[in-house]
Amino acid sequence: MIDRRFVKHFDWGLLGLTFLIVCLGLLTLYSAVTSSTAGPQKILYFKQLVWYCIGLAAMIFSLFFNYKLLDRWAPIIYAMIIFLLVYVLLFGKYVAGARRWIVMGPVSIQPSELAKIAVIIILARYYSKLANIGGLNLRELFTPFVLAIVPFILIVKQPDLGTGMIVLLIAGSMTVFVKIERRSLLCIITSCTITVPLVWFFLKGYQKRRILTFLNPDRDPLGAGYHVIQSKIAIGSGMISGKGFLKGTQNALAFLPEQHTDFIFSVLAEEWGFIGGFILLGLFLMFIIWGLNIAYRCREPFGTIIAVGITAMIFWQVFINIAMTMGLMPIVGVTLPFISYGGSSVITTMICVGLLLNISMRHFLVE
Amino acid sequence: MTKYLKTADQDWYKQRLVRIAFCVAGTFCLIFMRLFYLQVIHGEELRRLSENNCIRLQSTDPSRGMIFDRNGKLLVDNRPSFDLNIVLKDAKPIEQTVKKLSKYIHVPESELLSKIENEKTVSSYKPILLKKDIGRDALAAIEVRKFDLPGVVVDVKPRRHYIERQTAAHLIGYLSEINADELNSEEYQEYRVGDYIGKFGVEKIFESFLQGKRGGRQVEVNVMGQVVRILKTVDAQPGQNLYLTIDLNVQKKAEALLEGVAGAVAAMDPQTGQILALASSPSFDQNIFVDGMSHDQWDALVSNPLRPLENKVIHGEYPPASTFKVITAIAALEESVIDKKTTFYCPGYYKFGNRVYRCWKPAGHDNVNIIKALAESCDVYFYQVGQKLGIDRLSMYAIASGLGSPTGIDLDHEAAGLIPTAEWKKRRTGVAWQGGETLSVAIGQGFDLATPLQMLVLASAVANGGNIYKPLILKSVYSPEGSVILERKKQLAGKLPVSKKTLEIIKEGLKEVVNNPKGTAWLARVEGLDISGKTGTAQVVGRSKERGLSEEELAHQLKSHAWFIAYAPSADPKIAVSVIVEHGGHGSSAAAPIAMEVIKTYFGYDKNSKPEERKVASNP
Repeated sequence: MIDRRFVKHFDWGLLGLTFLIVCLGLLTLYSAVTSSTAGPQKILYFKQLVWYCIGLAAMIFSLFFNYKLLDRWAPIIYAMIIFLLVYVLLFGKYVAGARRWIVMGPVSIQPSELAKIAVIIILARYYSKLANIGGLNLRELFTPFVLAIVPFILIVKQPDLGTGMIVLLIAGSMTVFVKIERRSLLCIITSCTITVPLVWFFLKGYQKRRILTFLNPDRDPLGAGYHVIQSKIAIGSGMISGKGFLKGTQNALAFLPEQHTDFIFSVLAEEWGFIGGFILLGLFLMFIIWGLNIAYRCREPFGTIIAVGITAMIFWQVFINIAMTMGLMPIVGVTLPFISYGGSSVITTMICVGLLLNISMRHFLVE
Repeated sequence: MTKYLKTADQDWYKQRLVRIAFCVAGTFCLIFMRLFYLQVIHGEELRRLSENNCIRLQSTDPSRGMIFDRNGKLLVDNRPSFDLNIVLKDAKPIEQTVKKLSKYIHVPESELLSKIENEKTVSSYKPILLKKDIGRDALAAIEVRKFDLPGVVVDVKPRRHYIERQTAAHLIGYLSEINADELNSEEYQEYRVGDYIGKFGVEKIFESFLQGKRGGRQVEVNVMGQVVRILKTVDAQPGQNLYLTIDLNVQKKAEALLEGVAGAVAAMDPQTGQILALASSPSFDQNIFVDGMSHDQWDALVSNPLRPLENKVIHGEYPPASTFKVITAIAALEESVIDKKTTFYCPGYYKFGNRVYRCWKPAGHDNVNIIKALAESCDVYFYQVGQKLGIDRLSMYAIASGLGSPTGIDLDHEAAGLIPTAEWKKRRTGVAWQGGETLSVAIGQGFDLATPLQMLVLASAVANGGNIYKPLILKSVYSPEGSVILERKKQLAGKLPVSKKTLEIIKEGLKEVVNNPKGTAWLARVEGLDISGKTGTAQVVGRSKERGLSEEELAHQLKSHAWFIAYAPSADPKIAVSVIVEHGGHGSSAAAPIAMEVIKTYFGYDKNSKPEERKVASNP
């Protein structure tokens, strides 16, 4: 049943890279959840280990079937995810001001994480059939626009702005990759430049204030602004070689918000310094280039576009998360792939790795 | 249309992928540079700031909106409370600091240490609350020795203060510390542990106006935990001020009149629905909910048989008794069962089936028409009218007049009362409606139940010509700077099912209650004031069998509830009043004088006339 060529072409490099990043992530998470007397507890570390076991299974599962089957399954997967997103809005568990989780016995899942994969697959199906050298025109862009905006709106409603934005960025990156026709692009840009000030004009005072605070955390010195300062202090205080494993003080005193999810990079940078941060970023860069290389070597558009979508997802999450902890970006709830704590995030990322491996080892199968 | 010739092939994709790779690399360069900037260029400085976790947040609580009466008299404000905190990280050596502290504020060391022990899990830079509201003396003692007490911080927080102890407690309500369930609910997202929220009455219902917005500051502290530099400040925004519709004078008078009994008084402006007084007796001191009460205080509140925590104006359901005759009269006149001239003979009893229904006056009322029947509250007249109407027509009028459902006042858990129908009884008990029960219902006994507020709304509607207004407790809301945020308008909830002609007859009857020497409230009348009203004496059944009561208590428990509803002046009503005194006996003697006094106070008659002590005969 298993073709020997699959073993021969298996992408050990990507798997090894993933393994390295996951190890770094688990080390950092261990520090984030143990060295503090308050906040998250050690149990999260073990839970994350369990999630990685499940994630490994999900990865293996998503590498065994021929990814081209996804072309046929895409609408079903997409419909299921939309259903889950609606379901979570209506019946999801209410935690800290948002409805993001569907609780099933002891585990809760975040359908918004899985929505990222669904959007990648459905857009790949659409674009692989339509892409042409001239680029897509406005009429052709309407369907993908709807396909991306529906999950975006459902996710933002939860509210989970971070994940919603990632969905849009993935869709946008894939669209730009398959090229937008020059005239259509001009149209889009001009209409955006006109509507944005118009919308701004119609917003209420408090809405404007919220947006301004989002763009400039310093306006909220007791909330986001404070978090950015603490995060910058944590990162900066790591200096070149870091304070050492489990020695981070900002982390230990629970100065950082969401230290095990959104701000986990600060923990790593404080304890491992510039060297550690550099290595992690290097690994991520390699991973992304590797993903693009898989897209490059793939010999048919559907696989190429999926690989680009997945790589775009990893890229945007890494970039936004790290830029945010270093005070370069507004604070949004975006997790750092492989590093942040979170079951749905782990499983989604591992499925994506599985798909990349899948595309990579089947690149010779072309007809 | 040559698109198919330009189908994208893999080489085209490869070109684009190379460009993307360059973009990614460029972005990563940016991130590397930022990392280098923070960790290498600014590393030293940021390391210094991290050493002592210098940058901290201190929050300042907003001062809660004040509450005034309709004339701007202050009912509720805030006073400063000095809360003693300790920051463990700065307080080293802890034992020594606590020892000194216990000496200065006269609190045993063990108590302070146990507080600290309980909060140990909180990270050591966060202040732990040792004692709330330490008072000015202790504050002075600590401030003087500040440098001897590292890590000890006194927080000044606004604390709720109810100026008039026990006054309008049920209306205003109280604050209390937020509990775990509330913290997890959607409603209280913005709140934190230790916050005070409105738990009852106006404080709860109008929480969103009153709360204000928390502020705070980012500060840099030294090794002792003392602030060396304030980096950023966000001012707390005080809450908005509420003006209630109640009149403090009338309110206090009503409460004074209820002193020592269980009961309720409610008054409103019949032209607007604005509540002028809302008193429930016995009352309680709201301050103990804020300052913290002892077990005994709490036990005393909940075990008191007179139920001080219950707002009897809206929660108390009583048989409306003879006050209900207003409804029976309206129904009969509107349905043409009787007219103004119809008379019945009252021998003091009425035979129905094989039972004898008694009039309250054993000697009988002789020939009675509707005016006299209302004025002298003749039961026999209304037995016959009720019988002719039948239960369902009667109930229809009662329900259309607003009875049997909440009035919609802005307070929690308003009771609905009860207006029975034949169908309701069948559904509820499985037994068909009995003709005799209609007779009881026609005089407001039997299954009938109403709250004092419902009867007040009814009295107001009769007074103002038939408009049922929603009772309002909030008059206006002002921002702390003094601009109007909200001005409550009167809200029409419905119309009495009554023609102008019928209403005139009813009003004439109600006027006779007070102004005819034979009227049931004649002895409670006030010279110079033109008042209309209706007495009621609600027979009590059942209750007495509870618990082991002494004979005296038992006798008290079996006494009737006394009702009086009224409005004045009769021609152009400015105030409507509803009074109930639990186990007060007759409406004419126990309730009517209270209503009269309230009306006198409202019109300012208080100053020149002597207080009550009016001799009243014992008829209902």
